[in-house]
Amino acid sequence: MNLDAHLPILQIIVPLMTAPVVSLLRVPSLPWAAATVTSGLAFAVAVTLTGQVLAGGPMSYALGGWVPPYGIELYVDHFSALLLLIITGASTVALAFGKASLDQEVGHERAPMFYAAWLLVVAGLCGIVATGDAFNLFVFLEISSLATYVLIASAPDRRALMATFRYLILGTVGATFYLIGVGLIYMMTGTLNLADMTDRIAEVGELRPVLVAAGFITVGLALKAAMFPLHAWMPNAYTFAPHAATAFLAACSTKAAIYVLIRFDLTVFLPHLSDHAEQVSGFFIPLAVLAFLIGSAVAVFERNLKRMLGYSSVAQIGYILLGLALLSPLALTGAIVHLFNHALMKSALFMAVACLAFRAGSVQLPDLAGCGRAMPLTMGAFVLAGLSMIGVPLTAGFVSKWYLILACLEYGPLGYVLAGGILVSSLLAVAYVWKVVEAAYFQPRPEGARELREAPPAMLAVLWLVALGNVWFGIDTDLTLGLAEQAAATLLGDGS
Amino acid sequence: MEFLALYNYWVFAVLLLIGLYAVVAKVNLVKRLIGLSIFQGAVFLLYISMDKVEGGTAPIFQTADGAGVFSNPLPQVLILTAIVVGIATTALGLAVVVRIREEYGTVEEDVIEDMDADS
Repeated sequence: MNLDAHLPILQIIVPLMTAPVVSLLRVPSLPWAAATVTSGLAFAVAVTLTGQVLAGGPMSYALGGWVPPYGIELYVDHFSALLLLIITGASTVALAFGKASLDQEVGHERAPMFYAAWLLVVAGLCGIVATGDAFNLFVFLEISSLATYVLIASAPDRRALMATFRYLILGTVGATFYLIGVGLIYMMTGTLNLADMTDRIAEVGELRPVLVAAGFITVGLALKAAMFPLHAWMPNAYTFAPHAATAFLAACSTKAAIYVLIRFDLTVFLPHLSDHAEQVSGFFIPLAVLAFLIGSAVAVFERNLKRMLGYSSVAQIGYILLGLALLSPLALTGAIVHLFNHALMKSALFMAVACLAFRAGSVQLPDLAGCGRAMPLTMGAFVLAGLSMIGVPLTAGFVSKWYLILACLEYGPLGYVLAGGILVSSLLAVAYVWKVVEAAYFQPRPEGARELREAPPAMLAVLWLVALGNVWFGIDTDLTLGLAEQAAATLLGDGS
Repeated sequence: MEFLALYNYWVFAVLLLIGLYAVVAKVNLVKRLIGLSIFQGAVFLLYISMDKVEGGTAPIFQTADGAGVFSNPLPQVLILTAIVVGIATTALGLAVVVRIREEYGTVEEDVIEDMDADS
């Protein structure tokens, strides 16, 4: 049997089918091992798929043999391939990294269910980016969201429960908004297939329901993507989730929502709704600028390390949305590369925080003072990933910021202001990364604080792998930029 | 009257807003979940309304010559799926509320916030 043609569906069902099996494994450590192997397998599938897409162009897969647009279509192009790499990669490294940390926080008793939920998140997120069907996408969105709530609620801190509840409410409102939008489009076009939708909207005479649908879908997904000012659920959800789960979720859960946002706005609505370009720019640019200015500014004053990184994520999502809002190939390339690079830097940062928390038992900055001497390798990786987040040359963060700033300068007079905003936000990033460095290296350990030693070698190895990835993808940009440029060209397509 | 002809959609809009109001304004966590259910239920109504064809029946009833007017079955199938998703969400939400009640001893959000602020 030739497996190559079935890779798009394998990407989804391998984690989906393993999840119930994992939930039955009652031997300690076995659920973790099974989940890690499955996640690694999914990553291998994603790598193979990316190779095929690079060699042979986008792949379409008719689920169950029903030809699109009647059946459900899976559609993997350059953009989805990049996202699949992010999702499966982040999951695999977070699992390989997180054994000790998760044992400490989740415990052996709840481990089978926890890892089953983890695999469901992977399956759901992969489904979101691989499917070409709007309703199927909703179902995957909810699979991944429901499983994400379980991951967050598994943390030992009781505040995780309130964070989960808020996320559940806002996440469901967001998904339901999306569902309303899809319903309105279906009402006007009679199709759920994204590609078919694009063609049929052209034939629709009365465009007002489509415009309303665009509004619902954009706001619903913006909620899911934690776009400012709809980010209220996100910093707390990241703060109280188990540390290794944060490293995974911060890297990819909001990214999948941004992926759908970009795909819908650019391929379905942009070619057909007049004024849509102005509306997208007018809506996203101010919010994106506010996101990275306010997100970074709040991060500077935050003393909880994980919440600080959460607010920094709000800012980073602002950069990505700015890249979307400028609607030029250069800007979109920057945004898509930043999806990848942000996943890389944030998972490294959250992993470093997980190492610190593993030894110090706290993520409050005052409790971590002086940790740089006791845990030089952990802090070294933190600083490296922090530099990448600031956007220092030769790191991954520089590449995407460079593209975004170039795109801003290309945009005209307003673009100079935007580029200035990015620089200010980057300076604020210097401030909050420096705050951690200052506490870690230049302050003494507080009296009576817990004795620290370096994190276990297994955690350090994965942490450094990802941290060095930040340097690798800052120098060798062929893969990321190649995929992103192709994706941007396809998305902006012939229609514009 | 055109206003009345579209009354399904008016009910959809009103239910949607009632649900959203409860989600935003209530401090009792269970009431917020009920609001969320109403909010989702409104969307089910939207889907079911749009598929109705006047005089249409279910597609399993065939006349002898094979002709006949059917309501569109697809949105109904979609909404069955969405109802399942809605139930899963509500169940998970209630499970979280049970855990919150175990940990905090209350399901009032303002009380919980005060307790978190103190800790």
